[in-house]
Amino acid sequence: MFRPRRIPVLLLKNQGLVKTNKFDKKKARYIGDPMNAVKIFNDLRADELVFLDIDASINNNTINYDLVKDIADEAFMPFAVGGGIKNIKQVETLLKIGAERVIINTNAIIKKNFIKELVSEFGSSSVIVSLDIKKNIFGTNKIYHSCGTKKSDLNLVDYLKYVENQGAGEIFFQSISNDGTYKGYDIDLVKFVSENTTIPIIPCGGCSSFEDFKHLSSIDGINGYAAGSVFVFFGPRKAVLINYPEK
Amino acid sequence: MIVIIDYGLGNLRSILKVCKSLTDQVIISSNKKDIDNASKIILPGVGHFETAMKNLNSLGLIDILNHNALIKNKPILGICLGMQIMTSFSEEGSQIGLDWIKGNASAMKVKLRVPQVGWNSVKIQKINKLLSTSDIISNRNEFFFVHSYFVNLKDKKDGLFETTYSNKTFYSGFSKNNIYGVQFHPEKSYEIGVKLISNFIKNV
Repeated sequence: MFRPRRIPVLLLKNQGLVKTNKFDKKKARYIGDPMNAVKIFNDLRADELVFLDIDASINNNTINYDLVKDIADEAFMPFAVGGGIKNIKQVETLLKIGAERVIINTNAIIKKNFIKELVSEFGSSSVIVSLDIKKNIFGTNKIYHSCGTKKSDLNLVDYLKYVENQGAGEIFFQSISNDGTYKGYDIDLVKFVSENTTIPIIPCGGCSSFEDFKHLSSIDGINGYAAGSVFVFFGPRKAVLINYPEK
Repeated sequence: MIVIIDYGLGNLRSILKVCKSLTDQVIISSNKKDIDNASKIILPGVGHFETAMKNLNSLGLIDILNHNALIKNKPILGICLGMQIMTSFSEEGSQIGLDWIKGNASAMKVKLRVPQVGWNSVKIQKINKLLSTSDIISNRNEFFFVHSYFVNLKDKKDGLFETTYSNKTFYSGFSKNNIYGVQFHPEKSYEIGVKLISNFIKNV
């Protein structure tokens, strides 16, 4: 039987793992060493991991190949990587050294037809497009890029159609306002995205417990439940403890 | 020596890692001599059918692969796109396939959204050396799938595994003589996947 994946999203900063709150990088909390996390997630039989370098786009860098290589050497589960990926060659390298799939955010917005190029080279299932979304004061969903530091003037519905037409395999999207808050997923946003695309979606942002996955299960098109805090913190005092739901 | 074919597509290092945990007789190569001297061949593949065939063509590997698969009858395992290109053709692009297995790759048209990305189980269709019923009982029967196309077989006897996604049951594995293909990624499927690769290395 097919089932949606439960996906820990692990944020990289200076080669270490951090967890943000509402994308505020200055207050990002250090969690530990990525390799250690991979080993524990191996033992816990995680479905998939996502690694995002949150500094890469802003500094015009790309996620570190050596680190991805180390992750690949350790990971027995599939994993996807993102962070400043801007050309075909980089994707070829990342896939070759062991990532299953790549996640494109900033350059999907900035570089016209970049997703299409990647899809024709690597197939749609290798390419995930990521969207960071925040409501403005009028309640309109705005898309941000460069790790939430830059607001685009894109219309969410139009952009979802564009991403679909470019051939992306999945849409991973985060609610910036819910990130790290344990408020629960932004159900309205998840429904809205689901209704405006026909490709699989992976919501992220705000998950407060593994029980929250159930709140999404009736929404169409969800291929995975992504979250940060619940996989790396434990208990009311948010002690760093990597954990994963039983089946 | 087991040779994992490098033709510019595929997660070669992940496959190499699992093979290396089982044997030291394994290399990644696109060298014709290596392929000709190989005891077994693994044909990986992630990406686009047309690109895959174009790459094999431009590396000049089609003849040598045909010779080793069809004349020398070496055990060959195709993984994911590596399985699909063993068929006659695909709806994905205009290139013809290796045509070792009669059938083709078609786009999935199902109620759930595609691509299928995630964990799914397999049903064994015939007794084989790659995966036994007891392997499935003693390990979690879940493999990792990433694909938008699936393989149709002309001859049902070639069917090895079946998997159901949404309202579609498709062949997640085939075998014919020395030729094996799996749609899922055994190298990313924990113990049961390692077991499958181990069976290919030791039993096939």
